[in-house]
Amino acid sequence: MSNQTDTQTKIVGKPVPRKEGRAKVTGAARYIDDLRMDGMLYGATVRSAVPRGRIREIKFGAGLPWDEFVVVTAADIPGENCVALILLDQPYLVAKFINHAEEPILLLAHADKHLLEKARRAVTFDVEPLSPIFTLEESLAKKEIIWGEDNIFKSYQVNKGNVDEVWAQADFIIEGEYRTGAQEQLYIEPNGVIAVANADAGVTVWGSMQCPYYVHKALLKLFALPEEKIRVIQTETGGGFGGKEEYPSMIAGHAALLSWKAGGRPVKIIYDRAEDMVATTKRHPSRTRHRTAVNKDGKLLGMEIEFVIDGGAYATLSSVVLSRGTIHAAGPYNCPNVRINAHAVATNVPPHGAFRGFGAPQSIFALERHLDKVAQVVGLSPAEFRRRNFIHEGETTATGQVIREPVDMEGLLARAFELTDYQAKRERFARANEGRSLKRGIGFASFMHGAGFTGSGEVYLQSIVGAEAGADGRVRLLAASTEIGQGTNTIFAQIAADALQIDFDLIEVAQPDTSNVPNSGPTVASRTTMIVGKLVESAALGLKQTLQNSGLLKANYTTDDWRAACRRHVEQFGLLKSFSQYKPPPGINWDEGKYQGDAYGAYAWAVYVAEVTVDMLTYEARVEDFVALQEVGKVVHPVLAAGQIEGGVAQAIGFTLYENVVWSEGRMLNNQMTNYIIPTSADIPPIRVYFEEQPYAYGPAGAKGIGELPMDGGAPAILNAIEHATGVAFNHVPLLPEALMQALNQTA
Amino acid sequence: MRAYLPDYELRAPRSLTDALALLAREPGGWRAFAGGTDLMVLLEAGLLTHRKFLSIWHLPELKGIEVANDHVTLGALTTYTEVQRDETMRREFPLLGAAARETGGIAIQNRGTLGGNIVNASPAADSPPALLVYDAELELVSTRGTRLLPYREFHTGYKQMNMQSDELLTRIRLPRTTGDLKTYYRKVGTRKAQAISKVCFAAGARMNDGRIADVRLALGSVAPTVVRCTQTEELLRNQTIDEATTKAAREMLMTEITPIDDMRSTADYRLNVAANLLADFLRQLKHT
Repeated sequence: MSNQTDTQTKIVGKPVPRKEGRAKVTGAARYIDDLRMDGMLYGATVRSAVPRGRIREIKFGAGLPWDEFVVVTAADIPGENCVALILLDQPYLVAKFINHAEEPILLLAHADKHLLEKARRAVTFDVEPLSPIFTLEESLAKKEIIWGEDNIFKSYQVNKGNVDEVWAQADFIIEGEYRTGAQEQLYIEPNGVIAVANADAGVTVWGSMQCPYYVHKALLKLFALPEEKIRVIQTETGGGFGGKEEYPSMIAGHAALLSWKAGGRPVKIIYDRAEDMVATTKRHPSRTRHRTAVNKDGKLLGMEIEFVIDGGAYATLSSVVLSRGTIHAAGPYNCPNVRINAHAVATNVPPHGAFRGFGAPQSIFALERHLDKVAQVVGLSPAEFRRRNFIHEGETTATGQVIREPVDMEGLLARAFELTDYQAKRERFARANEGRSLKRGIGFASFMHGAGFTGSGEVYLQSIVGAEAGADGRVRLLAASTEIGQGTNTIFAQIAADALQIDFDLIEVAQPDTSNVPNSGPTVASRTTMIVGKLVESAALGLKQTLQNSGLLKANYTTDDWRAACRRHVEQFGLLKSFSQYKPPPGINWDEGKYQGDAYGAYAWAVYVAEVTVDMLTYEARVEDFVALQEVGKVVHPVLAAGQIEGGVAQAIGFTLYENVVWSEGRMLNNQMTNYIIPTSADIPPIRVYFEEQPYAYGPAGAKGIGELPMDGGAPAILNAIEHATGVAFNHVPLLPEALMQALNQTA
Repeated sequence: MRAYLPDYELRAPRSLTDALALLAREPGGWRAFAGGTDLMVLLEAGLLTHRKFLSIWHLPELKGIEVANDHVTLGALTTYTEVQRDETMRREFPLLGAAARETGGIAIQNRGTLGGNIVNASPAADSPPALLVYDAELELVSTRGTRLLPYREFHTGYKQMNMQSDELLTRIRLPRTTGDLKTYYRKVGTRKAQAISKVCFAAGARMNDGRIADVRLALGSVAPTVVRCTQTEELLRNQTIDEATTKAAREMLMTEITPIDDMRSTADYRLNVAANLLADFLRQLKHT
């Protein structure tokens, strides 16, 4: 009976209303551009028009009252001129050498934002041009050395078994090359901050961001101030998708530098869409080469993979993006011999950065396209080939990680096929397509996505979450993890409410503010629910334990008992607080030097099926149906979870068929929503989302991370379906009608 | 907003007469501002180089759809939404409704005007190919008088128009002689909605005794202006529709249009798709 009651009061797994939903729907939520301060100035960034060069002179055009403007150059920086992240190579403002188009050189502030814009255009630079490089090929060939000694930000090598020995015994050796393009995150709210900075009070920044402590770290170095003099507050944030992981450190620094020069007057910088698209980070373009050895039974013998990503002009997060891409490059398959060589290289384009999936969509695209080719060569169906090679409990991944959970990829595949009538459609479409101007196809991808930071990343982060209970029994959760539209606050509250067995409404989540929340790590890497959520659970349990240990709360209690116990505790001992710090689950080992071991604490496993039509009149491919099936440990909030999957799949459809960054001299030409084409609701099919649950022992209520997963499978599933429809193998995304036409006309 | 607003001037004359007087007083000084769906985008991006504008949005003389015996007259301020709602337009000029439905989103359709779509002179505009098929005529008015011009003679080059700087486009006249045309409209954009066209194809034809008695082909985004493809029409007239005719017509069309590579697509793609749509149109025509 008591079990029954427990289940009924459980909030995890229920579609409770979003914590911030009402404020957003009614317009009461205040985003950064809604905020205004007394005496506030507006800031603007003057950027380089050229991709590479040396600045000779800065010129201020005639006809503007320059003495009214706050002007900041690299010479005004009080601390170090670098955006502190992993390396210290990227300057806040160019002092001499320009390394990419749109690189910030000078900052302006004025109370009249329209006049400011006029002034921005009146500043020009006399630049001695230097030869730029724009592609990863040019970078690898060292056409120019633009970074370090060899243009290489980072390389990894993964070795499992001995791949050199397999080629001789292989019945089949299959090679392929695969490419993915840049992609803009296109969050609804562009980047924006307000800063107040002066020597006495220090630096305070409000803004739209994913990672307040990243900004905090960057400002420490920029201003050379002690920690307590820097305060970063996240305001309501309209989407991030990784695009607000590292970039806010840049714009926050710029606003703070202007405020500092203006003697502490508040300075607001808001990018418009054009600036946000042209100047901020995008998904890393990639090239993957596969060489695969298979025996006549269709068993994988060896995989040699070369994975290269274009990092743009500065190191930023490229090494970690490369890491995730590398680890996911061999997929959910059991292959005894694997070698992966991976490189992140420099080019003279704005730095590429974090974007949902973080390298994995690139390498998974290559693998899942390649395996369809391998299956064809071996003479098996794509499904049968994968079935013979799926990984199982007890087997090892490319990094030698022993899978300790009961993985059932065959089961996922079977269910996904049932949901889509895959087998029947596969045969029917192939028969019916001949001579039709609308050709249909169906394809799939099977994959996994690791949750949390890679390798020892979580140990290094040592994330902390706090919980405090007031006299009224209300519980306030303290974390730097941000609500950016994905539902962090709601999920944290659900987890805490269940841990404490009290009303959901009693839980609130503090606004992330580095002056009063602990560092629970960045809001990235599908870690917020699984890693930080677990810390929320234990911090909440800490409150309960304290009350029970002090005899204020009995074993079985109601919400009223809880309130009473909190009141008594506060009266007797003051505010009730509990903190919890990350400890790795037992048996997790990672060797950073060899790149071997347990790359992630847990993986979500998935099979996605796409059905397409290709219009032979217009060469347009259209996704007609999409099934996303995944095993995620535990669904904490069914509506939010399905929303994550639907949104990720829509983004993946954009990545696959629509979103093409048009580059000219290292600069995005189509930096407007009219010409950078994201799919509309008219372009998106019904996205049918299904979950399976295999609780993960170290996730809150068994949950694993799912934020990035849905970005991974769409591209290969869709291109596999297009190959099925047309008989033509396409190996790059975005795949636009123009490229479809070329290939289809060649085969015709 | 990348524009410095104090640099701009916007006047709202009380009547058409006042508007024309202002245009006559400073020829080239003022430009008409109707729904603003193109101009506001340029203003926001800081790319609106002209500074003095004349708002005509409220002028009653430029509004409304009038149906007479032999033609329908559309005020230059007729919106895409009005085009879609009007019964006569739906019945007799379906290509225009189809174009209006695919122009922007609902907000744009409520605000964007046919006159604006014409004088903005974009070769990628959605409604001009339909207007060309229907042999539309334009009424241009200035203090010097009124003239009527076949729309076909209006666009003279990329963003070049047969229109004086003191003139206003006031009306669009459609002869009511096309109600029985078999029509075909296909906008191939960069996505299904809210897109600028890569190829826009509007066509109409009449069959007589298995032969093509009348055919009109008009395309957008394939030349410096929207175009009527008269040579291909000539080739098709009086022909039966078979493989040889279709092939010859495709080839003629591909010589008659002059698309370019741009941010949205390639010349090659536009040529091929235009030819495919022509073949599709002829196939459908044959089977009706």
